[in-house]
Amino acid sequence: MTANVRVQNDDFDVSREIAALRQGNPRVGAIASFIGVVRDLNDGDSVAEMTLEHYPGMTEKSIEEIITQARGRWDMMDALVIHRIGTLKPLDQIVLVVVTSAHRGEAFAACEFIMDFLKTCAPFWKKEQTGKGGRWVDARAADDAAAERWQTKA
Amino acid sequence: MITLLYFARLRETFGKASEEMEMPPGVATLEGVRATLAARGGVWAQELAAGRAFRAAVNQDIAGADTPVKDGDEVAFFPPVTGG
Repeated sequence: MTANVRVQNDDFDVSREIAALRQGNPRVGAIASFIGVVRDLNDGDSVAEMTLEHYPGMTEKSIEEIITQARGRWDMMDALVIHRIGTLKPLDQIVLVVVTSAHRGEAFAACEFIMDFLKTCAPFWKKEQTGKGGRWVDARAADDAAAERWQTKA
Repeated sequence: MITLLYFARLRETFGKASEEMEMPPGVATLEGVRATLAARGGVWAQELAAGRAFRAAVNQDIAGADTPVKDGDEVAFFPPVTGG
């Protein structure tokens, strides 16, 4: 069992990352992944680029804790989280979550759980550049709700 | 001394990413640290007013008003997170 958490400026190659995560493990029957990408529109304004800032140390620690929680809830094998920082443009990949498991149910659920908690707990902040200048993205109530629903749904 | 860290909008508004601060006598919780900073007035009072939507961490764990803070700790203030 490994939990890989990486915060990096560089882009990532999804198929290479998945291949590395499941390499040589014939017990893996299901792999679920989520990829977040930069859109060119947010809150009605076109976004030219965004800059992602984070809290080094706490970021990795908080994501590792989220993965540990996921392990306690589902029969999953390995997990990988890569989150990019720095300046990104529309179409760029921002985040990758991959979970391996014996069966799809656990893989899907654990992947969604990790992503929902990453959105609300991991210390990252986005600043968008739009035609009106730079602006910090506001946290969304919908993201809190997405994380909270896991409190009652096992 | 404690280390204070500020991120994102708070870092920009305060004009600094970090500073060292002597723990004022009688202060032993996150709420005490918040009140000390808010007492500086101006943007500090505005951004760190009780009830404002900011978050805080002590030694890299999300913290609440009652979380103990002692000499040598790392205390961070930041806006609600927006990663992913």
